[in-house]
Amino acid sequence: MDQLRRLLRSVFSSVRDLLPVVLVVAFFQIFVIQQPFPELDRILTGCLMVVIGLAIFVRGLEQGLFPIGESIAYAFARKANLRWLLVFAFALGFGTTIAEPALTAVADEAAQLAAEEGVIDIQPRALENYALGLRITVALSVGMAIMIGVYRIVRGWPIQYFIIGGYIGVVIMTAFAPPEIIGIAYDTGGVTTSTVTVPLVTALGVGLAESIRGRNPIIDGFGLIAFASLTPMIFVMGYGMIV
Amino acid sequence: MGIVTDLITTVLATITDVLPIAAIIFGFQRLVLHHPMPNLKSILIGFVYVLVGLTLFLAGLQEALFPIGRTMARQLTDPAFLSSIHVEAPALRHWHDYLWTYLFAGAMGFSTTIAEPSLIAVAIKAQQVSAGAIRIWGLRIAVAIGVSAGVTLGVFRIVTGTPLHYYIIAGYVVVIIQTLYAPRMIVALAYDSGGVTTSTVTVPLVTALGLGLASTIPGRSPLLDGFGLIAFASLFPIMSVICYAQLSAWWSRRNSNKEQSGDP
Repeated sequence: MDQLRRLLRSVFSSVRDLLPVVLVVAFFQIFVIQQPFPELDRILTGCLMVVIGLAIFVRGLEQGLFPIGESIAYAFARKANLRWLLVFAFALGFGTTIAEPALTAVADEAAQLAAEEGVIDIQPRALENYALGLRITVALSVGMAIMIGVYRIVRGWPIQYFIIGGYIGVVIMTAFAPPEIIGIAYDTGGVTTSTVTVPLVTALGVGLAESIRGRNPIIDGFGLIAFASLTPMIFVMGYGMIV
Repeated sequence: MGIVTDLITTVLATITDVLPIAAIIFGFQRLVLHHPMPNLKSILIGFVYVLVGLTLFLAGLQEALFPIGRTMARQLTDPAFLSSIHVEAPALRHWHDYLWTYLFAGAMGFSTTIAEPSLIAVAIKAQQVSAGAIRIWGLRIAVAIGVSAGVTLGVFRIVTGTPLHYYIIAGYVVVIIQTLYAPRMIVALAYDSGGVTTSTVTVPLVTALGLGLASTIPGRSPLLDGFGLIAFASLFPIMSVICYAQLSAWWSRRNSNKEQSGDP
């Protein structure tokens, strides 16, 4: 009975989360474009799937991703093994990014663009190599970002110096990078952090800040995602300059 | 038939997303930490929930939202639609003739951010560790306003064809100035909300809008100008979240002053 009530409540809140999108789409379709909905039954099925999926995901978040991120953080803090913690952070950043589908899509598009601009040959092999190189570059940069971010949490350094330093890096690289890579580089910062990585990395950071004495989870625990979306911009522009 | 194929592709994509993470975590758990995980069974069930939930969520988006959103982005940027409002020749079209496109960009930016699962996750965590000083809905709405403003400005940039990096660098300067005056507890969270906003729901729709615009406006290259909207969508939430923190700090200060001075 209690389970059922919880389930109903989470389905209800998913409906509330999805409602704005549905309203916006309906408004534009009916009043601005003034056309009936194509395949309404398909849209309704899809919306139902989204609502149920979101409800189950949020449940899994609280039962799976948050606890695992925290327990890893506590275990590392208890062991007090900084070197392995940094290796873990790098592996997590690199491993989750290299397989990220959104990144693969952007990398393929970027390769196409580079070929059209005459930076590389228009041959499947050259395109593949360029796209793979780009993915490895981004994955390396996210690995570095999580590693540096974790080290910052352990030390308790204020985040703004890193971010401002990163911004300066982006601005300097923008001045030297070829123009066709800039838009893509700026966008890769946003695509690297997937729906599975974000909760896990957040739980890891907050868990570390909670278990290390003298750190405050709200001040020190956040910020890993920010690092992971800043470094790819710098690295990708660097990649554009080298290739 | 279509739904089944979509579901299978999405399951595979989600598994490739989750598998490396699971491998790294359990690998380190086993080889380095040698520490049995508490509640292993419950956590594994949680992972299955994440996998199933995310698959349904993504497949449902593919089914319902993405096709219609993409069509809509194309229709709203279509010269035929624009000339139905304004009869002028395309060459005489001004940036303010794209009013519906801006409204669509802003409304889409806001509403897709509210539905973004990773933002929900960060907001839950933030409320937990701030002991309620940061509210789930307050944070989510602040971020959504930021994304909305960012995407609208990004569309304006594509329409006018001004260089992307001017906007981004100006945005950085604003963020740095805001950081100097921001309450300390919000800074890291605000920076994080920049990266969080743009994952599953927002990116495909916003990218479709950018590419659609860049390919229909004369003189824009979809490859050079179509990108960059995501960058806007991840910069502006930083500003709006810092504003949110300053407003709520100001609000609670005002209330406590009132109580002290004995006003009703």
